[in-house]
Amino acid sequence: MRAVAVAAFAQTVHTGHDTGLSEPELLLPVLAEVRAKSGLRAFGFTCSGSCDYLAGAPFSFVSALDALGAWPPISESHVEMDAAFALYEAWVRLQHGDVDSALVYGFGKSSLGDLREIMTLQLDPYYLAPLGLDQLSYAGLQAAALGADRAELDAIVRRCRADGRRNPYALDLPDPTEQDDGHAAPITDGAAAVVLVAGDLLREYPRLAYLTGIAHRIEPHYLGMRDLARSPSAADAATAAGVGKGRVDVAELHTQFSHEELILREALGLPPDTLINPSGGPLAANPVMATGLIRVGEAAQRILDGTAGRAVAHATGGPCLQQNLVAVLSEEA
Amino acid sequence: MPSDLSARHILEFPGGYTRTTGPVIGRFLTELRDGRIVGVRTADGRTLVPPLEYDPHTGDPVTGEYVQVGPAGTVAEWTWVTAPRAAHPLDRPFAWAMIRLDGADTALVHAVDTGHPKAIRAGLRVWPRWRAERVGQITDIECFVPEVTMIVSPVRTEYTVTPGRALTRFLEGVRDGILLGGRCATCDKVYLPYRISCPECGSPIEEERQVSDTGTVTTFAINNLPDPRAPEVPFVSAYILLDGADTPMIALVGGVPAHEVRQGMRVRAVWVPEAERTLSMTNITWFAPTGEPDAELEA
Repeated sequence: MRAVAVAAFAQTVHTGHDTGLSEPELLLPVLAEVRAKSGLRAFGFTCSGSCDYLAGAPFSFVSALDALGAWPPISESHVEMDAAFALYEAWVRLQHGDVDSALVYGFGKSSLGDLREIMTLQLDPYYLAPLGLDQLSYAGLQAAALGADRAELDAIVRRCRADGRRNPYALDLPDPTEQDDGHAAPITDGAAAVVLVAGDLLREYPRLAYLTGIAHRIEPHYLGMRDLARSPSAADAATAAGVGKGRVDVAELHTQFSHEELILREALGLPPDTLINPSGGPLAANPVMATGLIRVGEAAQRILDGTAGRAVAHATGGPCLQQNLVAVLSEEA
Repeated sequence: MPSDLSARHILEFPGGYTRTTGPVIGRFLTELRDGRIVGVRTADGRTLVPPLEYDPHTGDPVTGEYVQVGPAGTVAEWTWVTAPRAAHPLDRPFAWAMIRLDGADTALVHAVDTGHPKAIRAGLRVWPRWRAERVGQITDIECFVPEVTMIVSPVRTEYTVTPGRALTRFLEGVRDGILLGGRCATCDKVYLPYRISCPECGSPIEEERQVSDTGTVTTFAINNLPDPRAPEVPFVSAYILLDGADTPMIALVGGVPAHEVRQGMRVRAVWVPEAERTLSMTNITWFAPTGEPDAELEA
């Protein structure tokens, strides 16, 4: 495998409401920041992740290219998924060996519509979507399957919100209460970007976060065909990415619901001393379609600033952790 | 630069988006329209419900063999919806559940209407509630409902009863404003109401003896459920040992707050006016405190 590393990461100061910025306007400062941090103006490959249903407009990712300056024509791609999966595509593209840099970004404004019902639209149109099964409902089924201790879940929310209050980019959410239990990630607007480098460019940076492993696996879509209390796809991806081959200082997990942390800890085989979601994680800021990429960015940032030597990032898509991506980042190639 | 400019935007396919079903899902929905639920067999003999084109574990195409399942099933996992959304199948609180239909190896996701979260649990047996007008959609099953495990049986039959000789004699006394007991000469005990044989020794009782309409509360209960024979709630029913009797009678205690009634309290019968008296215990409205000092009760 060709060595690929994260050279720069940037994100918006996420908000729990619409600040009045359009998606390209949200993205522009983030792209400027990763260009400044990486010292790169143009990239061998560009890939983004977003969801048209969030804005309710077809091909909304095309207008986001305005934030990029896509002329003369650039080599560009898009996934209708969290941008962590765009990062996977960029990593694959860098494996070809003919380009040495890639820009990955994701953005989403879930304040515009009803996210819980927008998530119904991602369900299979024959058996699930006609029932109006919404995001909170299917998460409730998974939580019931897991049967987790309520106090343990409350503690996860309290920890994530406290960490989020220390993170200048996350929402400033109070300790959970009965009315605001925080078990579902908050509605959030935001964007994030990552620059990947490979080949000769690796020598240009004093410190990098090497992607030593990255893999994603998927499970059947229909909830009744799965054991919702476990995540075999996350476990397979973790094995393929080599999570268990060394210590894990930090893990940033794409937990949109508190119970998912317990499922993922188990699936990824994380040691008890691993710091989970020190950024506050999605329970403290969940800009849908950027949230998974932010996990990679936050994990990489810990390597770049020297507070971690080896970190794990996780991203997910589909109902009840259907598809899972796991990346291992290290200070060493 | 905050702005007040905003607009309502609706994304909709008017009339709905047309989708082909393919043969496998189409078969399931066609059977559903006729009120049957079918699964499809995989190569290794498992039954997928609802049917998929491919075995999710192996990726192999499923067989062409369809088998009827259910229609009953067992709830595995469930989650309660307190505030249904407009798109939900029911407009009142309900549960989402994973239902293992009889004969299926996978679970069906659907709504369960139990009315109350305490009425649903893992292991609950449920049956589909079919829509009268079915079109070949998963919503042809409106929801699932619990299996019948209980019925309500109305019981009512009418009788004509008579009080018998002894009780008639006692009620004649009540009509005349007196309370009649019967004294057993063998046991030297006065039983109330009047009876013609001694419950202890079995001897015939020869002697009528009038007892007082004052007595002592020996024990009592405060009742919080309404009763047509009581004037109000709460009311007190008590054992009252009438002066001159050896057995207590059950009667209401009134004219005093319920919490003030106590063992040893002295009470007197409150009679309805003479002109209203009949052959009935309703001649005594209740017993009310006399105001005398409490009596010592024998242990």
